[in-house]
Amino acid sequence: MKPSLKHIIGFLLTILSYSGFSQPLEVCDTCEITSLKSAISAAKDFDTIVVKKGTYIEHNILVDKPVTIIGENYPVIDGESKGEIITIVSDSVTVDGLYIINVGNSYTSDYAAIRVKRSKHFTIKNLVLEKLFFGIYLEKSNYGKIYHNKIIGDAVQEYNSGNGIQLWYSNHIDIEHNYITQVRDGIYLEFSNNCLIKNNTSTENLRYGLHFMFSNYDTYQDNTFENNGAGVAVMFSKNIKMYNNLFKENWGTASYGMLLKEINDAEIIGNTFKENTIGINIEGSNRILYKNNNFSNNGWAIKVRGACYTNKFLENNFLYNSFDVSYNSKVNDNIFDKNYWSNYTGYDLNKDGIGDVPYRPVKLFSYIVNRTPETIILLRSLFIDILDFSEKVSPVFTPDNLQDQNPLTKKIQW
Amino acid sequence: MLKILKYSFFDLMRSRWSYVYFAFYLLLGIVLLFLNNDLSKAVITLMNVIIILVPLIGTIFGVMYYYNSKEFTELLLAQPLKRSSIFLGQYLGVALSLSMSLILGLGIPFIFYGLFQSSAIWDFSLLLVTGTFLTFIFTALAFNMALSNENKIKGFGYAILLWLFFAIIYDGVFLMSLILFEDYPLDKLSLVGTMLNPIDLSRTLILLKLDISALLGYTGAIFKKFFGTNFGLITSLSMLSLWVILPVLRIVFKAKRKDF
Repeated sequence: MKPSLKHIIGFLLTILSYSGFSQPLEVCDTCEITSLKSAISAAKDFDTIVVKKGTYIEHNILVDKPVTIIGENYPVIDGESKGEIITIVSDSVTVDGLYIINVGNSYTSDYAAIRVKRSKHFTIKNLVLEKLFFGIYLEKSNYGKIYHNKIIGDAVQEYNSGNGIQLWYSNHIDIEHNYITQVRDGIYLEFSNNCLIKNNTSTENLRYGLHFMFSNYDTYQDNTFENNGAGVAVMFSKNIKMYNNLFKENWGTASYGMLLKEINDAEIIGNTFKENTIGINIEGSNRILYKNNNFSNNGWAIKVRGACYTNKFLENNFLYNSFDVSYNSKVNDNIFDKNYWSNYTGYDLNKDGIGDVPYRPVKLFSYIVNRTPETIILLRSLFIDILDFSEKVSPVFTPDNLQDQNPLTKKIQW
Repeated sequence: MLKILKYSFFDLMRSRWSYVYFAFYLLLGIVLLFLNNDLSKAVITLMNVIIILVPLIGTIFGVMYYYNSKEFTELLLAQPLKRSSIFLGQYLGVALSLSMSLILGLGIPFIFYGLFQSSAIWDFSLLLVTGTFLTFIFTALAFNMALSNENKIKGFGYAILLWLFFAIIYDGVFLMSLILFEDYPLDKLSLVGTMLNPIDLSRTLILLKLDISALLGYTGAIFKKFFGTNFGLITSLSMLSLWVILPVLRIVFKAKRKDF
């Protein structure tokens, strides 16, 4: 028998499939393997495990070899609230398309739906997590990707709830297109550098939509943070880039769009702050560039608490905020230039688009409110308007060098 | 009393000033709606106007009407009529016609704009209710001033001064006392201070109903807790009613003893 081309190809394919491209291991109720755990123990390195649609009651699943776990039509992994569900301790693991519910709640250990421990090059995508304590927990793991996950918590109180995505000593992580709601912190970074957080939506979380602690050189852009307990908190970090995010309706007695505390050398460009009680709350933050941001309909657009030096506020739009800028001291070392202020009442005789009279963004009333918070009850009173007017004419209490020398007369479009 | 009320009411309805007042609110409503197309924003702007203008106009109208119709009042006094019904009738006539101008003038443009489909309808109703209360309160205060002063100029001056006091001076004193006692817990004081001035009370009521309430921050939580609840609303409305009743009682009391 002459070996035909067909035979040769068939032979080659057989060899190939045995050597590298082995059949995916299938997990389903009627398959040979009926649980994810046994599939992992049966799998060899770089195998693919396909989990078919169904419900799998499992917890403490340890992924200790580089495998790809793919769920078909969102199989349910039910942890029955007994503890952690999937723990990844190997490099190059991919988890895709699972529906993980019922993570155990504990006051002593942080159970997560998926925990990645000391691993690299992992990909976690297309997961749906519900009834969780912690969602995705990265622990000293680097170079990972977290894409397209949906994390829906049911947190009620801060002390007994966990975070949606938590990074701890994890660098170079990409977090994109996730949707996180009703957990404590939507995304929490602690000691994590060089991460990219992009296109995520974080809403209705108890505490912060996004929270940085001691994390440097990170970028977050094009995210939406809506109606969180207190927006986004960036604390004790350096060189964070914040681009084109939307901070919306973080509205409550102690809410703000963004909280900056001990932040140095950051860039805040192109963000929109809309209908927050406080747009940005700044404390002890230096050398920050605020450019091309939109602040509209906030209670306070920017609240400066103190120890903030050499910050630049350039070409922002301040639209219809109750208070544009609030200061609690007379010292000012920050620059406001070429912003558009909707409360500006000056004129532009030479029609170059720049107002001829400098604008003072700090009102006397905001100074008074800082000193005696109860006086806020007089908001929008005629007396206060008169007071503000007289202070505007001759500043006594507010920093007299705090002014925008070139206020624009038209809203900036970009 | 009803007859006199009716007479005063229709007398005012025929007068030019009622129409001017009505037209002013009509214009204001239309302009506001056309300018920013946002109903809740318009309500906020309206609040600023109502808080200041309604008491002022109530005061001026009240005093003016009393002095203008003085001869007619003296004629009525010669008839077998109760004094209280004469003065109450006149007072209610003025207050009602002013309130009607306010409600119709603001209501018509807002209804055409589609108020009934909007969620702002409660804010708007509250606005009109407080506006009506302020009209009644300041008209009553104006009548008091006019009754106590034979001299027109004096009466007019005192009435305006009273308005000035409640609209501006009170807030100044209030602010000073808050700052002066800033080392002490101030929530009770500020609550009481607000309750005592009808203009402040109306302003706070409307502000808290609007979205702006969260602005008040932690310190505002206590106001929100008080004014935001039904109990607070009822207390505030009864406080406003008290502000109507007390001056009216004084009108009756003063009218009985007054020598014409």
